[in-house]
Amino acid sequence: MKTLVEIKKIREEKRKELDLRVNLKASTKEKHILVCRGTGCTSSKSPQIIENFRKILKEKNIENVRVIQTGCFGLCAKGPIVIIRPEDTFYAMVKPEDCEEIINTHIIEGKKVERLLCKDVDEKLVDRLDELNFYKKQKRIALKNCGVIDPENIDEYIAFDGYKALEKVLTSMSQDDVIKEVTDSGLRGRGGAGFPTGKKWMFTKMAEGDQKYVVCNADEGDPGAFMDRSILEGDPHCVIEAMMIAGYAVGASKGYIYVRAEYPIAVKRFQKAIDQAKDYGILGKNIWGTNFSFDLEIRLGAGAFVCGEETALLESIEGRRGQPRLKPPFPANAGLWQKPTLINNVETYANITKIILNGAKWYSSIGTETSKGTKVFALGGNVVNIGLVEVPMGTTLREIVFDIGGGIPNGHNFKAAQTGGPSGGCIPAQHLDTPIDYESLGAIGSMMGSGGLIVMDDTKCMVNLAKFYLGFTVDESCGKCTPCRIGTRRMLEILEKITKGSGTMEDLQNLEDLANNIKKASVCGLGQTAPNPVLSTIKYFKDEYIAHIKDKKCPAGECKALAKVTIDPEKCKGCGICKRQCPVNAITGETKSPHKIDPSVCIKCGACVEKCPFKAISK
Amino acid sequence: MSETCKCECGGKDPKLEEILNKYEQDKSNLIQILNEVQEYYGYVPMKAQEAISKYLDMEMAEIYGVITFYSRFTLKPKGKYNVAVCLGTACFVKGSEKLLDTAKEALKIKEGETTADGKFSLEATRCIGACGLAPVFTVNDEVYGKATPELMKKVIEEYKNRE
Amino acid sequence: MSENKEKICLTIDGKQVEVEKGATILEAARKANIDIPTLCFLKEINEIGDCRMCLVEVEGRRGFATSCIQKAEEGMIVKTNTPAIIEARKTVLDLILSNHQRDCLTCVRNGNCELQRLAEEFGVTGIKYNGKVQSHDIDEKSASIVRNFNKCVLCRRCVATCKNVQGIGAIACINRGFESCISTVGEKSLADVNCVLCGQCIEACPVGALTEKDSTEEVWKALRDDDKYVVVQTAPAVRVALGEEFGMEIGTNVTGKMVSALKRLGFNKVFDTNTGADFTIMEEGTEFIERLNNNGVLPMITSCSPGWINYCEKNYPDQLAHLSSCKSPHTMFGAIIKSYFAEKNNIDPSKIFVVSVMPCVAKKYEITRDDMAGTGYPDVDAVITTRELARMIKQARIDFTSLEDETFDNPMGEATGAGAIFGTTGGVMEAALRTVAEVVTGEKLEKLDFNDVRGKEGIKKASVKLAGKEIKVAVASGLSNAKKIMDEVRAGTADYQFVEIMACPGGCVMGGGQPIHSSKERATIDIRKKRADSLYTADEKSTIRKSHENPILQKIYKDYLGEPGGHKAHELLHTSYDKQEKYKEI
Repeated sequence: MKTLVEIKKIREEKRKELDLRVNLKASTKEKHILVCRGTGCTSSKSPQIIENFRKILKEKNIENVRVIQTGCFGLCAKGPIVIIRPEDTFYAMVKPEDCEEIINTHIIEGKKVERLLCKDVDEKLVDRLDELNFYKKQKRIALKNCGVIDPENIDEYIAFDGYKALEKVLTSMSQDDVIKEVTDSGLRGRGGAGFPTGKKWMFTKMAEGDQKYVVCNADEGDPGAFMDRSILEGDPHCVIEAMMIAGYAVGASKGYIYVRAEYPIAVKRFQKAIDQAKDYGILGKNIWGTNFSFDLEIRLGAGAFVCGEETALLESIEGRRGQPRLKPPFPANAGLWQKPTLINNVETYANITKIILNGAKWYSSIGTETSKGTKVFALGGNVVNIGLVEVPMGTTLREIVFDIGGGIPNGHNFKAAQTGGPSGGCIPAQHLDTPIDYESLGAIGSMMGSGGLIVMDDTKCMVNLAKFYLGFTVDESCGKCTPCRIGTRRMLEILEKITKGSGTMEDLQNLEDLANNIKKASVCGLGQTAPNPVLSTIKYFKDEYIAHIKDKKCPAGECKALAKVTIDPEKCKGCGICKRQCPVNAITGETKSPHKIDPSVCIKCGACVEKCPFKAISK
Repeated sequence: MSETCKCECGGKDPKLEEILNKYEQDKSNLIQILNEVQEYYGYVPMKAQEAISKYLDMEMAEIYGVITFYSRFTLKPKGKYNVAVCLGTACFVKGSEKLLDTAKEALKIKEGETTADGKFSLEATRCIGACGLAPVFTVNDEVYGKATPELMKKVIEEYKNRE
Repeated sequence: MSENKEKICLTIDGKQVEVEKGATILEAARKANIDIPTLCFLKEINEIGDCRMCLVEVEGRRGFATSCIQKAEEGMIVKTNTPAIIEARKTVLDLILSNHQRDCLTCVRNGNCELQRLAEEFGVTGIKYNGKVQSHDIDEKSASIVRNFNKCVLCRRCVATCKNVQGIGAIACINRGFESCISTVGEKSLADVNCVLCGQCIEACPVGALTEKDSTEEVWKALRDDDKYVVVQTAPAVRVALGEEFGMEIGTNVTGKMVSALKRLGFNKVFDTNTGADFTIMEEGTEFIERLNNNGVLPMITSCSPGWINYCEKNYPDQLAHLSSCKSPHTMFGAIIKSYFAEKNNIDPSKIFVVSVMPCVAKKYEITRDDMAGTGYPDVDAVITTRELARMIKQARIDFTSLEDETFDNPMGEATGAGAIFGTTGGVMEAALRTVAEVVTGEKLEKLDFNDVRGKEGIKKASVKLAGKEIKVAVASGLSNAKKIMDEVRAGTADYQFVEIMACPGGCVMGGGQPIHSSKERATIDIRKKRADSLYTADEKSTIRKSHENPILQKIYKDYLGEPGGHKAHELLHTSYDKQEKYKEI
């Protein structure tokens, strides 16, 4: 148990000790080697890197250098990432066997290990993190502590203003003050629909009930989004603190965080954070001698996308199949066990402490007229800098994809970006300058969603992409209501027919009609948005659909059934490489004379296309 | 994860009892208990379902309904080596379907199946959150990032040669 | 219901409607005679809004509203039939049909199917969407219920009935998405799980996914067999429901027409199970007095309902001593037919084929139990439900509604009003009290109606003074109510001496073998009351209203059985119970 005074003391002392983490001009002999321990870098052996660093430092008796595990730095494509502070040197794609060299060259000799420095998009070697284009246009609020602190150490969190917002709330603000601050900030739900957060808090506060609950939705289901996971892994305490502030504001004494069981690192760190907070007396009864008590529990998901829908999530917490409830009543009035319940997602909570500490005015000065603050995107697909980015609302898609993301690799062109995951839509090149905010994305047939942003180059077939998303929805539909249960399946079947070349124009019309009716008639957000990927691709890439139907061609060459692999006899030198690559022996030909492909045998796998040294084979 | 079912031996499995006793006899704990049972046995055996049914005073059909709703719970043991190919969007766009096709061919099973010798099972999973490494696949807890069909072939061969 | 409930006013399709606060949009619309289609809705049982047929538009609200759940609000402006709504409903219907085994011509629900009706109303003339159709094995293993989930529309009315009304939970929705289906644990047969075969799920099913196991073929076969002497008996609840299958008003008593139809079908004798019920009263009453006087196990619980017996054997195997050892009326009567009647009429009992027409599907299972052959021959050879009898009558092209009334065959056809009320909850208790009271006190009862045990409540309690002793009784119908009583019995806190339990809510009139009514009829008509009232009227009109006064009974006891509860009576009319595993082969 720690008193408020003791916590303040920890903050002061620890802050001094950790100054070199953020004050890059700090003059100190100490160095901190920060190693990313997010899921991505952990998968590529960052724990081994930490171990090696520590071992070598010990062997060499180096005492003024500490190795710290941190959350995600964001630039996952370059992982595992090692950053050395205060000089802010950024080493990319580090292997465990590189540790020795980093210690010898960087720490002992004071020189950079050039071969491990990060190359920017313009091929320029960058030796400091803040010089990378990737970071230049970003503004980190929700991700502020990610990659800076050791998420498993509560003192490090406290050092960087941790639990200071809670202190402010409990000691100097009324419930209404807190709600007003959140309302005035303009913060809107980061989980997808963008409902004003302050309003939600107000509804829950006003609802009558002897027991109220605060829930954190960490069931990050959008395949391709991982910001919530990164926050839980990199800064778990900020979510705990925000949930407590929410609990105070709405009058709840119990919180649940619903996390995907597929996120073991996040679950482990969050549990550790809860334990530490309890240990410090931050979570518990009569916190810091006030009347406010708060208890927090983790509930694991078990692999169902629909549980990201708030009422399905409640059903799941209660131990049932994750089938959404009909709204109204809304969770604010009848949520967990029919009690008033506030549900926000991880990223929404991650903004709260900053709003309380810096004020609504500061927060609402960032962003656009209707969408305030920043938004974290998981940038993926055919883009150079895959990773996590946080940008002010209103940043254009072009800035994200090209300035931050570094554009499209391998000389291909941008074709579309997909936001909002299975609920969102595809945005074509003509809308690249759309400022990213809730309304603008909605207006062009997509949605903010949880922040997955997948970039596609010109080799991607939009019909196939729509099919991919529908396949996802069909798998993840809970089966409760008819339109979603049967309708999405029928849509998928029509798309399969089209991508196989047996679709008709009538099918296309049926597909569109069905999509519109499913949107209107489904019970929950999953069904109501499931047709979006189809509708938006029909809207922007109808010619591609028609090409599949009328010309029996897949312009992007992705749809296998429509692909025809041919060898250009002019270019073929008869080297035989393709023949050896072919898994089904569809290629014949004498050495040094043009080869041929038997289309009845060919499975259109494309292996020959990739391997042909003369680019004689096309698909 | 165990290779053989620990509970069909007839007697009560003390570990199962231990899992149950950790939780209050409250229906809302069902999914938490199932997660632990799945983790421990590698699937949710019928005997465990029966024990949970008694412990939580729930009918078995309802428990079965919950198990079959969530994709993490399985009714049959997985193979010793579970190959899981991520079909999240980021991986899909980077060609993870080809990885799945390669694995199917190499293992001669479809997704969701286990090889006859019980050594391998194949699974198509949703985003595992390693989008920076796309496309990825995993074999048990080992993650293989920026994978190619060749890597898949190589890795499966390696595991085939293991015990 | 309180009389001064707050009223609200709303507009539906331009019509002003006033309803009580708390009413749904659907209820309000129905009040204004505006028909909104439904499929998954089953009033007070399944209000989940899943099927999406009942969508309506509410002015100022985003998206459609689910009228079966969402409450009507003051000033609300609702539209139920805009082109957009009709299109959405039509799409929903097209989707359901695309995943439905459409063998309507050969479906047992042909003509009484809510889906078929909707297809007709919506003018569906073709199948718009083609694709994968669900494919499940048909479960025909149990003696009572057939499940063909290729016809299932996932309305979950059966699940809600099984779990919430009956408290069984044998079935649940399993899997997810398109693969969702209603099944049991491990997708086993109903015969191998905690199902008690009450058949309430069949009554709830809007389509042909759940049906009784058909026994009409067996009966036709027996009727065709010149070597067989085919006797039919009909349970009390059948006569107040059979007419519904021929378009007659719910609850019409069609005893005369029914007997007439059975005779035309070629049965050698048509008897009344009410007589069997009189035997039950004699035996059960005697057993009760015996237990009461000799410190036997109390409370004694009735055993006429095989669904209840199944439930007790599966869930309260430690409490079986409370069950009366009496067989149910029709098996008692079957045993009498194959013994006394056979002897009297010089018929080889092996040639007698007894058919019971029952409001119940569990009775089909009951006759397969051990110990159901008091004479060495099966007490009853086939059980058909009210619905199956109606089908046989239709097959024989008998114009039911214009039949002349005929009477049951004598001498076994005579029965009392006490037997008749067996068909409704509280009836067995009331009939037993009439007899027990007179036997114990030796005095004639002046008032025969025991109103405390009548009515729709799931649990009714009453106390009766008998020869200075106060006898407390309880009556429960529906198995979730039975559970409440049994938990008291198990805990030793049950303060009653005699308990009647019926598996089906409302008793046999609402049995799982009775004519099936649509969700709308169930919501707007009190079917139970109409049928039960009809039985009470029959009782009132009876000349003899007490079982022990039935002359044929008195004769059979005197000439053949000896004393009620005596050796011979035990051999023929009593049975025993055993623990049943709730789940088999798990």
